[in-house]
Amino acid sequence: MVSQSSNNVANASSELALQTENLKVFYGSNLAVRDVTLDIQKNRVVAFIGPSGCGKSTVLRCFNRMNDLIPSARVEGKITFHGTDLHAPSVDPVQLRRRIGMVFQKPNPFPKSIYENIAFGARINGYTGDMDELVEQSLRKAAIWDEVKDKLQESGLALSGGQQQRLCIARAIAIAPEVILMDEPCSALDPISTLRVEELIHELKQQYTIVIVTHNMQQASRVSDCTAFYNAEATETGNKVGYLVEYDETTTIFHNPAEKETQDYVSGRFG
Amino acid sequence: MTTRDPQTLEQNVSPNPDNFSANLDKRYTIDIIFAIAVWTAVVIAIIVLASLLIDVAIDGLPTLDWGFLSNFPSRKPEQAGMKSAIFGSIWMMVTVAVVAFPLGVGAGIFLEEFAADTWFAKLIEININNLAGVPSIIYGLLGLMVFVRLLEPITGGRSLLSGALTESLLILPIIIVATREALRAVPDSLRQAGFALGATRWQVVREQVFPIAIPGILTGMILALSRAIGETAPLITIGALTFISFLPENLQSPFTVMPIQIYNWVSRPQTEFHDIAASGIIVLMVMLLVMNACAIFLRNKFQRRF
Repeated sequence: MVSQSSNNVANASSELALQTENLKVFYGSNLAVRDVTLDIQKNRVVAFIGPSGCGKSTVLRCFNRMNDLIPSARVEGKITFHGTDLHAPSVDPVQLRRRIGMVFQKPNPFPKSIYENIAFGARINGYTGDMDELVEQSLRKAAIWDEVKDKLQESGLALSGGQQQRLCIARAIAIAPEVILMDEPCSALDPISTLRVEELIHELKQQYTIVIVTHNMQQASRVSDCTAFYNAEATETGNKVGYLVEYDETTTIFHNPAEKETQDYVSGRFG
Repeated sequence: MTTRDPQTLEQNVSPNPDNFSANLDKRYTIDIIFAIAVWTAVVIAIIVLASLLIDVAIDGLPTLDWGFLSNFPSRKPEQAGMKSAIFGSIWMMVTVAVVAFPLGVGAGIFLEEFAADTWFAKLIEININNLAGVPSIIYGLLGLMVFVRLLEPITGGRSLLSGALTESLLILPIIIVATREALRAVPDSLRQAGFALGATRWQVVREQVFPIAIPGILTGMILALSRAIGETAPLITIGALTFISFLPENLQSPFTVMPIQIYNWVSRPQTEFHDIAASGIIVLMVMLLVMNACAIFLRNKFQRRF
């Protein structure tokens, strides 16, 4: 059924950006999430929803191989990015992360100037163009330019939480990624800042493929084209193992899901 | 969930307010008793320290003059000075800093940021923590064997360089531990942000982690040097001289340092020498205070403006 629903989505449109096949992630000997098979198309927004501990962030962190940084983490199954296996020896995680950017749950600007926050990523990736122009462009794209243009040399930490998160988005798009991964980007923000970030996601969709993890179902239904619902089950040893329940167009997931579990979750009966 | 019988656990019953007894008098009395106890501890510590300082000042200040700082040691107490010891100590500190800073900070960065979490790394970690507690005389014996004897062609035997290398070994564990603490205090979210932008490990460390950790690292470094400047035992073990009437010319020169000079004066029978030993202690303490002031200055200077 899982592969079926992912096919539903795949048939709908064109080029695939990311694809997973029977993805499993272990932390040490504990299975954290299993059997994730889904296709993510280019220039779409895909939301991952589900209760806590269902592995949606873990799957997200597989796409830019951030799990490599956790020594005990192990990934099984296949993930491809434009058809290339992410774990192939020819794929370098450092280079990959330039192409697949990430925005974290808690805004984490560097304790440096706003300008330097944007310029850092470009500099370490050997950007040779005009840095001032890149900083302005990135901040404009992240819809924060007007608020910070007069204080580019001030600390990124002096901004409000919502501004900091948009600065982090600007930082992520400054290195021209193709995909942006967002791990609950609004969970630390107030409703107005959340709205601004959501509007931003709508604009960024023209240019980028976006995968967003969210606890907020309204947010998933507002911003995403497709939604993946994850759930978790307890094993005999008491560990929680996450798995993909259903993946389909967002409207289908919220109005006419194939699985009862999904129906229960989106209608607020649990989770 | 406790394993209590659910029937005894009535729902929606809040604790009876009458079961709380304020007993404020007793609680405040204990407060006061404890405050007096810690206050006494502070007073005792300060009195001991102050009487020590005052005693040294009474003995040492009268003989502390420009001549004392600018004269070489002498048989005659009124002509004896600390010049060679002061210069020896300064040479020593600079050499120790140059050797120990890159090694200690480098090792700390490696262990904290680069090393995989293996049993071998843990073994090294335990050993370093233990080394920080090894008596300094043991380092002296090691220095005597390795730097003075085995590496004599390079160090020149009982030289400044041998002494500096021995003291570097002595303070390396302190610097490594301080560096690791400082690095550990940097929030992991910044490393994650760096990695997510396609930075390599070294780029993350150099650009994001190290600048934030540097005030802490410098503080640890100066504290380690403050320990080194007062060390006597390992230098006596490797054979630092106590009577030097010339300044060191290079790293292979024989040398003396302030604590050794003071030790030498104190162990002489004449009371005049005891007085100039007190003057020496004052000079050593001023030097220590200057170093600590430098530490605070550097820390404030490097502390992020952001």
